Amino acid sequence: MARLQLKNVEKTYGNGFKAVHGINLDIEDGEFMVFVGPSGCAKSTTLRMIAGLETISGGEVHIGDTIVNDLAPGKRGLAMVFQNYALYPHMKVKNNLGFGLRLKRKPKDQIAKATKDVSGILEIEELLERLPKELSGGQAQRVAVGRALIKSPEVFLFDEPLSNLDAKLRASMRVRITDLHKELREAGRPATVVYVTHDQVEAMTMGDRICVMKSGHIMQVADPVTLFERPANDFVAGFIGMPEMNIVDGVLDRESGANLIIGSQTISGGAALAARLTQPSGPVKIGIRPQHLTYVPKGTENAFEGKVTVIEFMGHEVNLHINIEGHSFICVIPSEIYDRSLKRGDTVYVAPLIERLHVFDPETGVNVSLGQESA
Amino acid sequence: MTQTIHPEIESKARAQQAKLRRRARINALIRYFVLSAVGLMMLYPLIWLIGASFKTNSEIFTNPGFLPKNPTIQGYIDGWKTSTPYTFARFFWNTFLIIAPKVIGTAISATAVAYGFARFEFPGKKILFATLIATLLLPNVVTRIPQYLLFRDIGWLDSFLPLWVPSALAGDAFFVFMLVQFLRAIPRDMEEAARVDGANSFQTLIFIVVPLLTPALISVCLFQFMWSMNDFLGPLIYISSVEKYPVSLALKLSIDTTEAFEWNRILAMSVLAITPALVVFFMAQKYFIEGISSGGVKG
Repeated sequence: MARLQLKNVEKTYGNGFKAVHGINLDIEDGEFMVFVGPSGCAKSTTLRMIAGLETISGGEVHIGDTIVNDLAPGKRGLAMVFQNYALYPHMKVKNNLGFGLRLKRKPKDQIAKATKDVSGILEIEELLERLPKELSGGQAQRVAVGRALIKSPEVFLFDEPLSNLDAKLRASMRVRITDLHKELREAGRPATVVYVTHDQVEAMTMGDRICVMKSGHIMQVADPVTLFERPANDFVAGFIGMPEMNIVDGVLDRESGANLIIGSQTISGGAALAARLTQPSGPVKIGIRPQHLTYVPKGTENAFEGKVTVIEFMGHEVNLHINIEGHSFICVIPSEIYDRSLKRGDTVYVAPLIERLHVFDPETGVNVSLGQESA
Repeated sequence: MTQTIHPEIESKARAQQAKLRRRARINALIRYFVLSAVGLMMLYPLIWLIGASFKTNSEIFTNPGFLPKNPTIQGYIDGWKTSTPYTFARFFWNTFLIIAPKVIGTAISATAVAYGFARFEFPGKKILFATLIATLLLPNVVTRIPQYLLFRDIGWLDSFLPLWVPSALAGDAFFVFMLVQFLRAIPRDMEEAARVDGANSFQTLIFIVVPLLTPALISVCLFQFMWSMNDFLGPLIYISSVEKYPVSLALKLSIDTTEAFEWNRILAMSVLAITPALVVFFMAQKYFIEGISSGGVKG
């Protein structure tokens, strides 16, 4: 059992800077948890506290049934893959792989067998006699994963392992790591994974659940679909999704149903939106994903009027930058329905998908359009 | 597409090229001449020393050239025997007895201390490190007298101990400082990986830090070797019996005891005295450069 729990975990540095503000997180046995957030959000610090490379200033970290706060990293039953691989430069690949086992005084034949197994899984057999400096980035990455895998740890920690690879390799390694996690689960020895990244594509595609962090606080922990469809606050809403969600200041008028006002333009949210809202009339932030703004003909009801400022032709779709009452919006249109005669300065009409629209509290940023049950 | 060049233009261009080439050759000639001349000037005393060591005593001062007229190794034979009951073999052995523990001790202790300063947080670290640097700035001579009194009280006079024990206990701040700086430039990731792999601080030091530190350690040993080999003042102060003299003192000995200086003996022994330092330097230099060029950690 390797359930990983963080209870009120805090990190305060010697200079008084508080990096992690009492976070609570429960990671199930065999779960693939991704920590994601902008740089400086303390995701790596949190991971390093789990690993034991950073002291824990407050709270507890549980691995299985053990509180590991004061346990040396090597005794926590975990393995870690570092951002720049951290292979031992003076050891051959096979010795890099076997180092952990040698420290545990495992018999030589057992180490040899484990090395063979792991190098088979990761297809690095032909690299065993090489030194790290003779490896390419992708090969070094696989050796680093192998060094973690060989110890059959209960918990795997990944600290931005793919950020030094080129885009193509990153995509294939992404699949490889998730496959590996599944294979281990199917082989009956599930491993809990904590994976730190700043790349939301990695987060969305790899994680069973994603923990979005900001300045040492957890913003939301949820599976990718929930995170995308029901973001808990404007930070998560803005962080997850490409292009970024349009979040603009507006006014909510609940006199009759739920009307959203941006500048001088009003659209009616109707009963469906009214039912979801937990906020009274007043200023709000309105969040609409670029994919949920539909390009409509003039005169359509519930549409905003705006002026085209930039047209980005991406191939399969077009990013239309529109200025609506001084607010900048991005609207993604499939290129099949994109009107080629559109040009900068033209007036266009876009209608938001009311059922996909989000309303945030202007002060706290909390999503107030998730309905009663989860508000 | 072929292009025809007018023969006149072509011959002009060729003449121009030949001129440039000639000028480059003359430039190189001047450059090499100046460099060789300066190099020779620097090396001449050494060359003369080697040459003169094969001359007879009378020839040394009559023949200013470095090539001996009648080369003889009599200087080496007589010099090796010395005017004392001991041969130079004894003095070389004494030097070795000082240098071996000193170099090994320095390498071990300086590494341990540098590892502590570079990688661990402990109370008073800043003050201690500042003290270390302060001793670096202190002239050696200042501590000679207190040190002498200290070692006299311990009863270490006329033994090798005062010559190597302080260094073997990380007494040479320069080496500690050098290793600390080197360690600071090495990313900590490898050590962290080793800790996650289950290594304790000591195992991390032995299996990870020391191999990464090898180039710096080689230069530490090299410096310590050469400086100790050349150290004259230390043995002069602490060693009083001839049987314990290292080479540096023994050389002086042949000047002291003979009334008419046997210069050929002194020069011959000087050549022998600088040989180990030169040999070690050239051997280690290869590893030193190799270590530096391959020591880089590829990310």
